[in-house]
Amino acid sequence: MAIATTAEPTRRDMLFIATGAAAAVAVSSVAWPLISQMNPDASTIAAGAPIDVDLKAIPEGGIVTVKWRGKPIFVRHRTKKEIDEAAKAPLAGMPDPQADSARVQKPEWLVVIGVCTHLGCIPLGTAGSRGEYDGWFCPCHGSVYDTSGRIRKGPAPKNLEVPAYAFATDTKLTIG
Amino acid sequence: MSGPSTFVPKSALGRWFESRLPLGGLIHSSFIVYPTPRNLNYWWTFGGILSFMLVAQIVTGIVLAMHYTPHVDYAFLSVEHIMRDVNWGWLIRYAHANGASMFFVAVYIHMFRGLYYGSYKAPREILWILGVIIYLLMMATGFMGYVLPWGQMSFWGATVITNLFSAIPLVGDAITTWLWGGYSVDNPTLNRFFSLHFLLPFMIAGVVVLHVWALHVVGQNNPDGIEVKNTERDTLSFTPYATGKDSFALVCFMIFYAWFVFYTPNFLGHADNYIEANPLSTPAHIVPEWYYLPFYAILRAVPSKLGGVTLMFSAIVVLAFLPWLDTSRVRSAKYRPMYKVFFWAFVAACIGLGYLGAQPPEGGYVIAARLLTVYYFGFFIIIMPLLGLFETPKPLPASIADAVLGKGGLAAAQH
Repeated sequence: MAIATTAEPTRRDMLFIATGAAAAVAVSSVAWPLISQMNPDASTIAAGAPIDVDLKAIPEGGIVTVKWRGKPIFVRHRTKKEIDEAAKAPLAGMPDPQADSARVQKPEWLVVIGVCTHLGCIPLGTAGSRGEYDGWFCPCHGSVYDTSGRIRKGPAPKNLEVPAYAFATDTKLTIG
Repeated sequence: MSGPSTFVPKSALGRWFESRLPLGGLIHSSFIVYPTPRNLNYWWTFGGILSFMLVAQIVTGIVLAMHYTPHVDYAFLSVEHIMRDVNWGWLIRYAHANGASMFFVAVYIHMFRGLYYGSYKAPREILWILGVIIYLLMMATGFMGYVLPWGQMSFWGATVITNLFSAIPLVGDAITTWLWGGYSVDNPTLNRFFSLHFLLPFMIAGVVVLHVWALHVVGQNNPDGIEVKNTERDTLSFTPYATGKDSFALVCFMIFYAWFVFYTPNFLGHADNYIEANPLSTPAHIVPEWYYLPFYAILRAVPSKLGGVTLMFSAIVVLAFLPWLDTSRVRSAKYRPMYKVFFWAFVAACIGLGYLGAQPPEGGYVIAARLLTVYYFGFFIIIMPLLGLFETPKPLPASIADAVLGKGGLAAAQH
């Protein structure tokens, strides 16, 4: 082999390349199913179908938490004061500046995924533990959100995520 | 260090077997006549202790797997079933849970010993890096094992740690979903963590074989950090000297371990983990197991998600570069007066970070964590390289025998 100086490829060269090519195809075609099986399966995806929320049950100033795709969704019936605070807050200086109008479809209803964008804890939203911007406070690492679910202080990099949702009727919200 | 074996079994059957598979010769050359430096102190017994702990964890773990159910509806209950119904289940579970802590106690002592005596320096770089890989595998194994009881700390620890990967730009969210097998930590996550928690200890065992192999190629470092020059004078055979010393240290360590198992089995755990996982309620204060606390403190010291995650992983990865960051030609801190001071300050910084990792992330705690994080990295990337240039080491002894027996010990060493 060390003195294979023939100009013509030998039968051994051909077999070597063909075997190598077949092995590469085989490895990649087996690797993909082995990697892909870790992604959400059909039943998990099916269980993540849209859900409905009855808005009549949420009084003004109230926050209802519903579970969707294993995560809490905060549906907040904002008061006039909370809407004003969210609309008037200066965007300059926010870690993730975004106008309140871009985060809601109807100003009185704020719908956000209740998962801190830092490391996934659930921010507190009961009266008295909402943090200095009257929104949410994450107890794990101290992130503070405002009444639009925007990050104002602490290590979280982004605002609370707004899920896909639609008002099926005036009193029925469909999340997903 | 180990030459070709001259081992000849005594029995005819032994010789018949040896000529077909030289297993006896391998054991004889590796664990009986293998030369160990005669100045090894008790800090060198932790390799044996760690080997024992790995076996103990595998044995207790396999038994626990016979009674545990990796499903979100049954996992928590099956752990209580082990505690209350399974014969001796309480003992086996407490031995396993505290065994993980003891494993980390031993590995931290082992690592600090390497750091103090310069065991990572040439020709032991590969040996050291294999150790760093074992440590990483241990951390992954310990983390996944802590998720299995499916208590509140299990669930929220898993949530926080898997979310670390979402800090990766562009592909972070896809990676996190892939790790979860869903939209959050849920049944698929628990199930795969169980599978991987079962697998990883055997991978650790594999890397341990490489670690020991590399050790037996280059030979052990020693408290004086000088190479063996004369096997006759500088070394003693592994058996009975090292085996005896290792066994005695192991018994002492077992007393320490048993004290936790029998007298305060939940001291190192967290009470919240006796509350079943609830995806809709985060505990007021999420704390990882004690052995991750220094890294958790580094994560929280940085006011940026990606920055914190990067720094936390760097804190471990930097260890692998140690052989090239340390510019001093002298190995042992025994002969490095300045390094010795910085080393003990580093130990104090690690303990300090561990304390801060358990405190709430606010006010003075965060500032202290930032200062100690700066020292942690400064020790490796500023102090280590510069010290080799500025420090004047003390004179090294001519040989290990001289260090142990004094200059007049030559005759004594040859008995």
